[in-house]
Amino acid sequence: MVNTPPVESLTPQPVMQPHSEPVGADAPVVHPVKAEVRNLSFYYGSFKAVKNVSLPFYEKAVTALIGPSGCGKTTLLRCFNRMHDLYPGNRYEGEIVLYPSRINIVGPAASPIEMRMRVSMVFQKPNPFPKSIFENVAYGLRLRGVGGRSELEARVEQALRGAALWEEVKDRLRDGAYGLSGGQQQRLCIARALAVEPEIVLFDEPTSALDPIATGKIEELIDDLRQRVTILIVTHNMQQASRVSDYTAFMYLGEMIEYDRTAKIFTNPSKSLTEQYISGRFG
Amino acid sequence: MPDATTTTPAPLVPHVRRLSGLMLRERVVEGLLLLAAVFSIFITSGIVFILVNESRPFFRTVNPIEFLTGGEWTPQFADPKFGILPLVAGTLSTTLVALLVAMPVGTIIAIWLSEFAPAKVREVVKPLLELLAAVPTVVYGFFAITLVSPVMQQVYAWVISFFPSLKENYPELPLFNVLSAGIVMGLMIVPYVCSLSEDAMRAVPMILREGSFGMGANRTTTALRVVFPAAFSGVAAAYTLAISRAVGETMIVAIAAGNQPTLTANPLQPAQTITAFIVQASMGDLPHDDIGYQSIFAAGLTLFVMTLGFNLLGAALRRRYRQAY
Repeated sequence: MVNTPPVESLTPQPVMQPHSEPVGADAPVVHPVKAEVRNLSFYYGSFKAVKNVSLPFYEKAVTALIGPSGCGKTTLLRCFNRMHDLYPGNRYEGEIVLYPSRINIVGPAASPIEMRMRVSMVFQKPNPFPKSIFENVAYGLRLRGVGGRSELEARVEQALRGAALWEEVKDRLRDGAYGLSGGQQQRLCIARALAVEPEIVLFDEPTSALDPIATGKIEELIDDLRQRVTILIVTHNMQQASRVSDYTAFMYLGEMIEYDRTAKIFTNPSKSLTEQYISGRFG
Repeated sequence: MPDATTTTPAPLVPHVRRLSGLMLRERVVEGLLLLAAVFSIFITSGIVFILVNESRPFFRTVNPIEFLTGGEWTPQFADPKFGILPLVAGTLSTTLVALLVAMPVGTIIAIWLSEFAPAKVREVVKPLLELLAAVPTVVYGFFAITLVSPVMQQVYAWVISFFPSLKENYPELPLFNVLSAGIVMGLMIVPYVCSLSEDAMRAVPMILREGSFGMGANRTTTALRVVFPAAFSGVAAAYTLAISRAVGETMIVAIAAGNQPTLTANPLQPAQTITAFIVQASMGDLPHDDIGYQSIFAAGLTLFVMTLGFNLLGAALRRRYRQAY
């Protein structure tokens, strides 16, 4: 939270433009930029975990952050909702500009609570609250002052449908969330994150605690969600990154090594380090 | 394919010997642990046996129904009456006052320590609070009659100046009363409630808090709507211990509650608890075949059953609110 220029001084256009060359038959549409990381560094105390990273995140697209353990991908992800502010001794440098409002997420002018209201997160391990299924999804809505019974019910149903969970839980909305299976709990957490209509949803290795079938459901879900919301996903699973993402950033030792369309990264990476990582030679 | 005989590994016999030694050691440790467990059960059943056995002569003289429903407890009178209800009322009313103090105060301090206090402050404050539990209860008893009760008398005098009708019935608060004894007992229990509740709340996984903060919640909302409910089973355990401590507490009530067995729920009056009666009766030199002496065991048995009931209730609460996270 140091040395970040005021929001007004930001350049009006993102410095990076979407890659426009078509890749294969399903040439994707050109997405507008939703958020742009500019020269971002992050420190845990004196340890620099993210080193001067710059990359764009496109609206209604899925961007995957890949890299070996400790490369800073989760640290970068957690900058987007100011999760690091919960712990003492952490420091941001640089900017994450959120469009169209042009607010710098990690700047001193941005309130962490406001940023978390606008950027939802799904965690590595399902973490439903000790409440009913309904109240879990309604949690964020209540925080935002949605009070009316009928409005709450409508929004909760919509979010649960969006997370492909409605059919499984519609008859037991009042039951505790801990009665659900791990995969259902994670979809409940996705519903909770979606219910508040966030601008970005962060996924931090959302399937690492799940079995292959539950993982498949979450991946399908992410595929559906890309139509509606900007998604950032951290994953250790390269097949997952290639299956669900439109863009991929490869990080190593806190630095961003390569960023490109997912198809390009996984078929023809330009850096040899990327090639070595995706072919499983280290990590 | 290589000849199998050339690669025969060394026999494993020495390792097997070592293994049997390890198994013996395992058996010994298991046996010792079992012994310790059986010993605690033995003590408990021994206490129950003594209580039941020693109160048998009492119940030969006093009808158990009369004992459980009688409203007068006058063991020293020429015509003694043994109705336990006044002692039960004294026990429950002091306990209730104590819990009304200890539960909110202890819980609020626990939430503050666990969710708001900086780590350095917590490291200083928590041991200090736990030190309160090390103060002998006889000290608390004198604290009650030398400070708390006189202050409560002043407060009462001020309060009734607004309610003249109250003045007619209860012109002043006696020095020895349930309210003051209960308040001091509550203060004594605060560290138990606070320390155990704080442990329970700190044991709530960080990922639950992050989930709540991640939705845009502030610290207060996270503490009250996520952490506290998640920890409630542990908090209920703390409350159960607090109830047991309050029901069984002896010195504070023996000193400050007045030692007058009256069947009333009014905390402004003196009362006697079961424990205070046991102290009072056992300090006199009653012969063993005296009905007054025997009544100690009947009272003790009642206390045991009450505490057991509260503990069962607490266990049910804990089960009901246990969270799997």
